[in-house]
Amino acid sequence: MNTTTSTMTPAVPSTEERLALRRAQNYRRLVIGLRTGLALAAIAAWEITVRIGWLDPFFFSQPSAIYQQLATWLTEGTGQGPLWSELLVTMEETALGFLIGSVLGIICGIALGRNKLAADVFSIYIKVANAIPRVVLGSIFIIMFGLGMGSKVALAVVMVFFVVFGNAFQGVREADRNMIANAYILGANARQVTTSVVLPSALSWILASLHVSFGFALVGAVVGEFLGARHGIGLLISTAQGTFNAAGVFAAMIVLAVVALGAEYLLTAVENKLLKWKPPQFVEMGM
Amino acid sequence: MMSPAIELSNVSRKFISPKGKVTLALRDFSLQVREGEFCAIVGPTGCGKSTTLGMITGLNPPSSGSVKVFGKPVSGVDPKIGFVFQADAVFPWKSVLDNVACGPIFRGLDPSAARDKAADWVRRVGLAGFEHHYPHQLSGGMRKRVALAQTFINEPAILLMDEPFSALDVQTRAMMQEELLGLWSERKASVVFVTHDIDEAITLADRVVVLTKGPGSVKSVYDIPLPRPRATEARYTPEFIDLSRQIWADLKAEVSI
Repeated sequence: MNTTTSTMTPAVPSTEERLALRRAQNYRRLVIGLRTGLALAAIAAWEITVRIGWLDPFFFSQPSAIYQQLATWLTEGTGQGPLWSELLVTMEETALGFLIGSVLGIICGIALGRNKLAADVFSIYIKVANAIPRVVLGSIFIIMFGLGMGSKVALAVVMVFFVVFGNAFQGVREADRNMIANAYILGANARQVTTSVVLPSALSWILASLHVSFGFALVGAVVGEFLGARHGIGLLISTAQGTFNAAGVFAAMIVLAVVALGAEYLLTAVENKLLKWKPPQFVEMGM
Repeated sequence: MMSPAIELSNVSRKFISPKGKVTLALRDFSLQVREGEFCAIVGPTGCGKSTTLGMITGLNPPSSGSVKVFGKPVSGVDPKIGFVFQADAVFPWKSVLDNVACGPIFRGLDPSAARDKAADWVRRVGLAGFEHHYPHQLSGGMRKRVALAQTFINEPAILLMDEPFSALDVQTRAMMQEELLGLWSERKASVVFVTHDIDEAITLADRVVVLTKGPGSVKSVYDIPLPRPRATEARYTPEFIDLSRQIWADLKAEVSI
């Protein structure tokens, strides 16, 4: 639980409570066991079907080959350089794009959410911009910023901005009218209302969008590298594609998945810290 | 003669829906509240009770007529005004102490001094020990106590209350009414208390104003001569019951279809 509600001192648990606790623990173990089992079964099935010839390893590769590819990358490095430095390039592009895009999105979302005229004027253009597949802009950015990091960061920014902007805007609009009136009557000026009422109440909307938009930043960086780059995981994938190396594509995918999971974990930790005032989500277990 | 604390003269208020439909919420409404007077407004649903309060705060100016606070026309939010809302308007992301300290901080007091002052008010409303709790960890009655402390810490000369206790259960409501009278009697702000509960109005107020159904205007005014300090038990006296019956008779004519 992320919130501590310790108004009661815990009494000595009764037998009934201990049993219920044990049941809850057993349930958690069952879930973890089934998850692991499912993953192992899927991997085993993949490997076996390839080995007995039901699937063509040329298209589908196989877990052992992917593992070997990863091991080679880790020990001998990729064709472009060590795996770590390639990953670092992609991470840097993703992180920069994510940061710039979300900061811009939050600022614009709040500014437009607080100003009705600006919101009414700009809303049509934002809808249009949001409807265009923004990945296409990647080509323009490559022309504008070249093969270096700039074009990938720009693409990631564009991918992230609209998601965060939309949520920040909506969050501001959903801010409780009574709370805003209360703040004004308590003596707040417009700036204080924005910082101490509107921003905190939009925060849960904004944080929710950050989960989605980190994935978008990663897509932006990788697609940017597809389109033209000297380094990065995206380039690794497009090289593997060029040499019909399915194992390479899958191996790069696994590397990206690990990164995304790590970021998700960090974001959840930040979210729990910032939203500690929210009522905890109780999971009731029958006794 | 001293000018009244609050003076609404012949005010009307119209609302225009996005489709251009005009609704009249208040018509030719006049009300004077003396300094230190506790005035309750009762009336049928949708008669514009809350609208009157909005006009006094300056957040919703009237369509016509004049609103004066201490003799001066209202323009913008007056720092002398305090407002307690019907719904929860305390900030859920701030602890009890920070919620109460909000007003002084907004008004430019040094945050640590504001917290000291707030700690005192948290104690006064009986929430000592809950300073660092978040609102969601408190009961409805306790959250109302936070709202009262948040308002009273600014020492308003005018206190506007919009059905503040309507969401509470009957027992908690009686407790909160006593709490409010206790806090009010210390500094005697001028109060406008909107409610749909006749007994609540009689228990608290010096004067009860009954409104007609919408668009609202004043139907009748009752002075409440019951002695102060009043306790919850006052409602079992014959005078109380008599007043309650008269006001209900007035109100019944307005709510019957």
